[in-house]
Amino acid sequence: MADISCNFLGIKSPNPFWLASAPPTDKKYNVIRAYEAGWGGVVWKTLGSQVKNVSSRYSAVNFNGTRVMGFNNIELISDRPLEINLREITETVKEFPDRATIVSLMADNDRESWHELIKKCEDAGAMGFELNFGCPHGMTERGMGAAVGQDPEIAAMVVEWVMEKATIPVITKLTPNVHSPVPTGIACVKAGTNALSLINTIQSVTGIDLDTLVPNPYVAGKSVFGGYCGPAVKPIALKMLTTISQDPVTSKVPISGIGGVSTWRDAIEFMLLGATSVQVCTAAMKHGFRIVEDMNEGLNNWMDEKGYKTIYDFIGKSVEKITHWEDLDINYHHIAKINQDKCIHCGLCYIACEDTSHQSINLDYGKPYNTYTIKKEECVGCNLCQLMCPVTGCITMEEHRVAPDYINWKMWQEEGRPLNDH
Amino acid sequence: MSIAANRLTAAQYKQNFSDIHPPFETPDAALVEANRCLFCYDAPCMKSCPTSIDVPKFIKQITTGNIKGSAHTIFSSNIMGAGCSKVCPVEKLCEGACVYNLMHEEAIPIAKLQRYSTEIAMQKQWQLFSRKASTGKKVAVVGAGPAGLSCAHMLSREGVNVTIYEKESKGGGLMTYGIAAYKVTPQFCEDEVNYITGIGGIEIKYEQELGKNISLEELQKNYDAVYLGIGVGLARQLEIPGEDLSGVEDAISFIYNLREKGYPAIPVGDKVAVIGMGMTAIDAATQAKRLGAKEVTMLYRRTENEKPCTQVELDIAKLDGCEIIWLAAPKEIKGNGKAEQLVCSVMELGEPDASGRRSPVDTGKTFILEVDMVIKAAGQMPFEALVSNTKLENKAGKIVVKDKAATSIAGVFAGGDAVNGGKEVVDAVQAGKDGAAAILKFIGG
Repeated sequence: MADISCNFLGIKSPNPFWLASAPPTDKKYNVIRAYEAGWGGVVWKTLGSQVKNVSSRYSAVNFNGTRVMGFNNIELISDRPLEINLREITETVKEFPDRATIVSLMADNDRESWHELIKKCEDAGAMGFELNFGCPHGMTERGMGAAVGQDPEIAAMVVEWVMEKATIPVITKLTPNVHSPVPTGIACVKAGTNALSLINTIQSVTGIDLDTLVPNPYVAGKSVFGGYCGPAVKPIALKMLTTISQDPVTSKVPISGIGGVSTWRDAIEFMLLGATSVQVCTAAMKHGFRIVEDMNEGLNNWMDEKGYKTIYDFIGKSVEKITHWEDLDINYHHIAKINQDKCIHCGLCYIACEDTSHQSINLDYGKPYNTYTIKKEECVGCNLCQLMCPVTGCITMEEHRVAPDYINWKMWQEEGRPLNDH
Repeated sequence: MSIAANRLTAAQYKQNFSDIHPPFETPDAALVEANRCLFCYDAPCMKSCPTSIDVPKFIKQITTGNIKGSAHTIFSSNIMGAGCSKVCPVEKLCEGACVYNLMHEEAIPIAKLQRYSTEIAMQKQWQLFSRKASTGKKVAVVGAGPAGLSCAHMLSREGVNVTIYEKESKGGGLMTYGIAAYKVTPQFCEDEVNYITGIGGIEIKYEQELGKNISLEELQKNYDAVYLGIGVGLARQLEIPGEDLSGVEDAISFIYNLREKGYPAIPVGDKVAVIGMGMTAIDAATQAKRLGAKEVTMLYRRTENEKPCTQVELDIAKLDGCEIIWLAAPKEIKGNGKAEQLVCSVMELGEPDASGRRSPVDTGKTFILEVDMVIKAAGQMPFEALVSNTKLENKAGKIVVKDKAATSIAGVFAGGDAVNGGKEVVDAVQAGKDGAAAILKFIGG
């Protein structure tokens, strides 16, 4: 049995799976249920000034019959009175001292407000803070949330205020609603934040009701941009995480990874790109807290299979595998191969290649089943056919190096080699 | 043992003749299946449909919520797409070719999805085709069955005025008169005919029979072209002693009466023997059982390997409790004025015949089946005398055509069972389309 426990700046949790700051962590009732289900930690839904929410609040993007490929919300920070939240935090920490109970904060934009909120939360028993510099709706219009995270100077200023007061670890949560999270990340690390987390939600319009012509979610005939999350945003989150893990300044602090994590596989991917813990919301909102069971077991089994004893044995291992395009090996080449024994003759590889790629697949007419074969000399090895094939393992990409030596594009140009293959 | 009508309660009849392939109960249920479709390119299902319905396209249109487009896709290729979704032997056509079979997964329920879209279109009375301005051309169609209706609809779309002459009092042909009621109801058939003729420009004159009320010469004189979709009609005789005894009936008239007169009015025996193993034989046997016959035994002179019906059909008969005796051929029906015993020859398989199937050979052994009713479903014969009287070139009554539809007489076209000797509804629909195309070329439409 591998050790899947996590130690994030001294905040310990039995596993690296935390619930992200969101509706599932808005009150003790939910958090206790989550801890009973096996979650390693939570980031308590953001505390700040009293706010009032609207109805409705969520909308989703479905894809080919699968519901909630992407999810969107227009909720604000916790709308429950601060005192109730603080009391429940105290009770929760007492009941589950072995879990990571971290509190998300978004105070009004002045030093005193931040200091006061930090004091109250520390007194309540919070184990760490996450600064919400990412909420993309409602709070931004009041100069908070993403409005802070989008400006490195303002973000650094707030982090400095926080670090003056806080005696427990501080994580700064970054917004993805910027061209790159790195400038704000650097500013926050320089200002003293102990850790970073990313990504918050992405501004979005999930869809429009074609009868009423009102976008979702519907609030009295209008809608607003919401924060997009769920499986659809995972690739964007992974990319942003990578940039933070590769930067010499931001890579110095631990990272909590967020954005579309639904399974142990997703979680491992975030960890391979540098996350020490991962935060989950949409998947729990879709299926309930019980999903953590398979996340725990899946992570454990994978680590056993790969021989990793602790999560620190593999965190960050894929960071160096993402390089610059100009460093890629031009002599690497692979060619698609269709296993005729597995082929079900659906033609999806053919039509994808023929219409939109390199016309590298032969069609031999048959009734009712055509035979499809690769034109090796035409195949550029793009993967398109393999990606479209519905049968696992039917199309494989076989390595056929052009030459044994490594040569990248820059070297190629320096040597004056021809660029045109056609 | 006796033959009697009215064996069951109204509730039992309703239960026994309810839809054997119920539709999707909710749009969500249809979506689950529609979303499984892989959207194959040059799809095997489409190639296995005689009318070449673009199956992946109409299923994709269900997933996008474009039901009108989905129905249009189906009807563009097959104007009887609604009826075909209920009666097609899809296990040997589209669904049989579905690539999921090659993954050993359940095929997409294409027929059920086709029914979903077409049923909505019919319920909402969507007229998805418009008629071009009248060309002033007139075409006579003989027979309001699948071939005739398909031909008429295609011609009407092109602005031709069509008059259909139908010998029965209802349209639909064998769809209306020759198919098990648990597949399509008479009401559905009527609705389908009305939906098809709803395009306008098609008049159906009922109880007009070629060779009786009307002649081919007359039609040729009064119309720019004539299409013969007269089907096949006569049940093949067994040519054995006792065939004229009371209690011996042919499957076609049995099914015809059942659909025309209502279930309680149809007399059925306690012990029924059905001769044959085609689709019609299955329809007769299962319905005899569903009317309340105590025992139904199906006899076939070859083995299960050579059976003309599909496995799915055979399974329906078995599930209905019909007994099956393979390698048995009727030799004589005995009885005092009415059928009492069926004497059968025990057969064995010999050399392959013209169809490539091993032909049955009499072993000389016999056995006797106690019966009170014998239903003959040994195939249907073309209207040989009628066709020969019209001087049309034919092979034992089957009209000979060139280029898919042209008969030996200029301006006279034919298709469907009258030409092919008896195939599926969907084959007749395609023949009607081919006929319309040939006619349009001929009349310069």
